[in-house]
Amino acid sequence: MSDRRGEFWQGVRLSVPVVVASAPFAILFGALAIDNGFSVAEATLMSASIYGGASQLVGIELFGQHVAPWLVVLSIFAVNFRHVLYSAAVGKRIDHWPFLKQAIGYFFLVDPQYAEAERKGENGEEVTFAWYMGMALPIYVFWVAESALGAMFGRLIPNPHAIGLDFLLPIYFLGLVMSFRKRPRWLPIVVASAVASMIAYKTVGSPWHVSIGALAGVLFAAAMPVRPEETAASDETVEVVS
Amino acid sequence: MSTTLWIILAGAVATYLTRIGGHLVISRFERIHPRVEAGLNAVPAAVLTTLVAPAALSAGPAELAALAVAAIVSLRGGLMTMFLAGAAVLIALRHFIG
Repeated sequence: MSDRRGEFWQGVRLSVPVVVASAPFAILFGALAIDNGFSVAEATLMSASIYGGASQLVGIELFGQHVAPWLVVLSIFAVNFRHVLYSAAVGKRIDHWPFLKQAIGYFFLVDPQYAEAERKGENGEEVTFAWYMGMALPIYVFWVAESALGAMFGRLIPNPHAIGLDFLLPIYFLGLVMSFRKRPRWLPIVVASAVASMIAYKTVGSPWHVSIGALAGVLFAAAMPVRPEETAASDETVEVVS
Repeated sequence: MSTTLWIILAGAVATYLTRIGGHLVISRFERIHPRVEAGLNAVPAAVLTTLVAPAALSAGPAELAALAVAAIVSLRGGLMTMFLAGAAVLIALRHFIG
């Protein structure tokens, strides 16, 4: 029992930097959700049920542009698609948990949770449910609470334009794009998506620039000749497959 | 049920499917075709780029300067540093040039 408690607190300790780093984005999400027409309850529900920062911000951005609902959902799905690879990798580490605990565990599988679980597994340590939830619960609870807080304060901001609220999301999304720059053919993929989405934006119009631009980048990546050394090196997602 | 609520719940189901789906589907395959894998690898950068590029297309000097500074800072700093740098440039320039 005390062993399990130790595991839990070890997880809690790992959650601290994540809680600190994600706080501004949770508050920003809440404020922007209000700005894009969500209620406080809806913003809080979104954080509690989706629990994925980038996808939530993409969702409210497109919602604010009055994009067709199914396309908003599809974009959330697309941004979160990387979790498929996390899931396949972490699955091997938590296979021994009872079914219900696994089902709960997958809900909390966000980027830092994946990274720490992989690290623990690679060090030859067992990934226990107590450790996993010790890390997951503080991140989740703070994320949801700070989203609600941001939403409540978001209504009090008198002039959103002066503090740049309407343009913070493109800056944030640019940061996420840059964070993938170590991946193979990152620059040509980004250029393909950027050009296609800008042309689509000017011709077909919003919201189709999202699907068309994304498709252009993905098809470009798939069509390029496969270099053997690339499939075996350099990216965190590769070991999942091999 | 309101449209907003529908979007949130469908988004939540879609997200959960990505989190459990890799374990249920991908891990059953011995190997993924390299082209499929290359395509999957490109998904996040490709999707997120489409949210930046058109915004830059219709942006003014303050917004473009903020994006440029943020991109440069991101080569060295983390996400938070680049975000704060971009926001600071944006707010300052909007204050001075309107």
